[in-house]
Amino acid sequence: MDVVWFLVLSAFIFCIGAAGVIIRRDPLVILLCLELMLNGGNLALIAFARMHGGEGGQIFALIVMVIAACEVVIGLGIIVAMYRNRLRIDVDEMTELRG
Amino acid sequence: MSATDYGWLILAFPLAGMLITSFGWRVLPGRVPGWIASAAIGLAFLAAIGALVQIQDLPAEERSLVDSAWTYTATAGVRVDMAILVDPLSVFMCLVVSGVSFLIHVYSVAYMTGDRGLARYFAYLNYFVFSMLLLVLAANFVILIIGWAFVGAASYLLISFWYRRNTATYAGIKAFVMNVIGDVGLVIAAFLLLNETGTLDFGPMFAGAEDAFPRNDGTLVAACLLILVGAFAKSAQLPLHTWLPDAMEGPTPVSALIHAATMVTAGVYLIARTHPLFELAPTAADVSAIIGALTLFFAATVALAVTDLKRIIAYSTISQIGYMVLGVSVAAYGAGLFHLMTHAFFKALLFMGAGSIIGAMAGLQDIDRMGGFRRAMPFTFVTFTIGALALAAFPLTSGFFSKDEILAFTINRGGGYWVLAIVGYIAAALTAFYAFRMVFRVFYGDPVPEARELEEGHLAHHDPQNPMTGEAEDTDVGFPGPEHAIAERSWPMKAAMGPLALLALVAGAVQIPGATDVIEHFLEPTFEDSRFHDTAPTEGSELVGLVVGGLISLAAITVAFTVYLRRPGTTDRLRERFAAVHAFLFNKWYFDELYDAVFVRPAATAGSFGRRVIETDFVQGFIVGGATGIVRVGTSFARAIQTGYLRGYALLLLLGLGALALYFLIASS
Repeated sequence: MDVVWFLVLSAFIFCIGAAGVIIRRDPLVILLCLELMLNGGNLALIAFARMHGGEGGQIFALIVMVIAACEVVIGLGIIVAMYRNRLRIDVDEMTELRG
Repeated sequence: MSATDYGWLILAFPLAGMLITSFGWRVLPGRVPGWIASAAIGLAFLAAIGALVQIQDLPAEERSLVDSAWTYTATAGVRVDMAILVDPLSVFMCLVVSGVSFLIHVYSVAYMTGDRGLARYFAYLNYFVFSMLLLVLAANFVILIIGWAFVGAASYLLISFWYRRNTATYAGIKAFVMNVIGDVGLVIAAFLLLNETGTLDFGPMFAGAEDAFPRNDGTLVAACLLILVGAFAKSAQLPLHTWLPDAMEGPTPVSALIHAATMVTAGVYLIARTHPLFELAPTAADVSAIIGALTLFFAATVALAVTDLKRIIAYSTISQIGYMVLGVSVAAYGAGLFHLMTHAFFKALLFMGAGSIIGAMAGLQDIDRMGGFRRAMPFTFVTFTIGALALAAFPLTSGFFSKDEILAFTINRGGGYWVLAIVGYIAAALTAFYAFRMVFRVFYGDPVPEARELEEGHLAHHDPQNPMTGEAEDTDVGFPGPEHAIAERSWPMKAAMGPLALLALVAGAVQIPGATDVIEHFLEPTFEDSRFHDTAPTEGSELVGLVVGGLISLAAITVAFTVYLRRPGTTDRLRERFAAVHAFLFNKWYFDELYDAVFVRPAATAGSFGRRVIETDFVQGFIVGGATGIVRVGTSFARAIQTGYLRGYALLLLLGLGALALYFLIASS
């Protein structure tokens, strides 16, 4: 199969994730969408690795998964802390950084 | 030991006493700090006697010794040593200062018992005496100015000793500010003299002044007038006198110390010390003599009207210092310093008596509320009356000889000095009158309740209050202690007042015209370079002066006797008849009000203008507000981006990433 198909799928997944991160207000869904973005990237890495026949891209994808797992842990921790402090779990409510 | 070794000891003892009492305040019990401080000053007095003996052994022309401990600074052609000058003038001053201070210390031990700041009090007291001794022993202008400033600081500390009393802290600030005006004058004068003569040491400077300055040279007159600013601020002469009456807020022995032994005599000493300069600048000396005469008259008139016992004595001090300034300004150095000595005796005595009376009145000071203490306080009555007699220049008392000698010298100068002498004689009559106004009002007449109570053996007790404002106080630290002391019941007070009363009576014997001439003769080596050295009045004219002065004194005392005892009520009628004059005198010629209007109000107005307009509108509004405004406008775009919405940031991130990717794609193709 041509590598282009994998790349199109990868870009598709990445764009779904990015759109979700930008549009959705629920932090849980945003985290899910972030995972989608990362996995889109992973797919592209693995596709190129297969094309070139090397293993570096695959190892890199594994590391990205580990990082993603860590990020989820932290992200969920933040969401729990948010839930403890306020009732509504909504990223638009957290605008302390507004200038 | 040489005379200068004794000179260093004179300085060392009070310094050591100050350090011991100030660092030992926690461990020294009861009256111990007082005795340590008294011993320190007593030893300084003995050292002064040692210096006197040593210096008398030397030939007359070698009686000016300078000894340097170390070089204070040596830079750019100026060399200043930590040096003392031991000559007849400084030894004389040391004897008077340490001797009278010693008795005041002993008095204080009893008077201040029960005050919760005893060690602090005596540490300040020793520091005061040390500063004054440093001032009189200084061999150059720098050390003199250091001692000068120390004296000012010590007076501030002691006047504000009862630091929870608002009036006392204000009085301390007033004294300090007035003294700093004088310090500035003295520093500028020293600079002018250094600039012209190239040295700050007294000996070389005075020797070189003759060559450096023509007679009445403008710079020299300016320097002398600036010295006078310093002398007048310290000696409370017009127009820098207003701090001295307010200095009565301090404890009574402090008043005695300031008025009799230390501080106010410094100005007289300074003029006497720098007499070679003043003789080269007769204009400045004349200004000084005129101001001295004005002051002695002004203060005597005010003392007629004020009713606060301590303030009457304070104005009498201003007046008497006026006599001394007049004396040293008309080249009657021996007479001026002789009056300084006798005044130290009787003024310290008067303040001690006043302290005893105030103790009997449980802290009140208004003579309108006093009367009839004669039987209740016989010892205070006798000693206070002796002090008043000496102040009034009653024949054969000490003040009689000293005051009239000054006036005889003034007349002897002839010309316009006649006017000054006549002012002096008028003020002498006023002096005798107000001195016995105090005696008759306080000790004669119907006994007040406090006097009656004392006759029955109880010391009066009032709730503690501020004698000036009547505000209620407590007796904790920062306010006067709970106990009041009277001389009749505490031997240290008697021990201090007895010798002073004796000296006030008989100290005149050391300088009787034609008979004894001890002071004049002793001081001669210091003043023999004076160009007026040979123009002393003849014995005959001095005797005439004594007779005139004695008659004036007797007449004024008789008038006071008539007005206050024979026909009581006369003063009330006079006061009603001349209400405007009385108000003028009672308000001290409105000097405080004048300074308030000329200096304080404009300064306060300028200050509030600065706060309102400059600080609030200009600095806060324009400079600070303008700068922040520019930044605020300039950053409004950047702030608009910071929405705080997470998705906004994510979108920007993606757009940036997309733009970068697009750029590289286009660039690579």
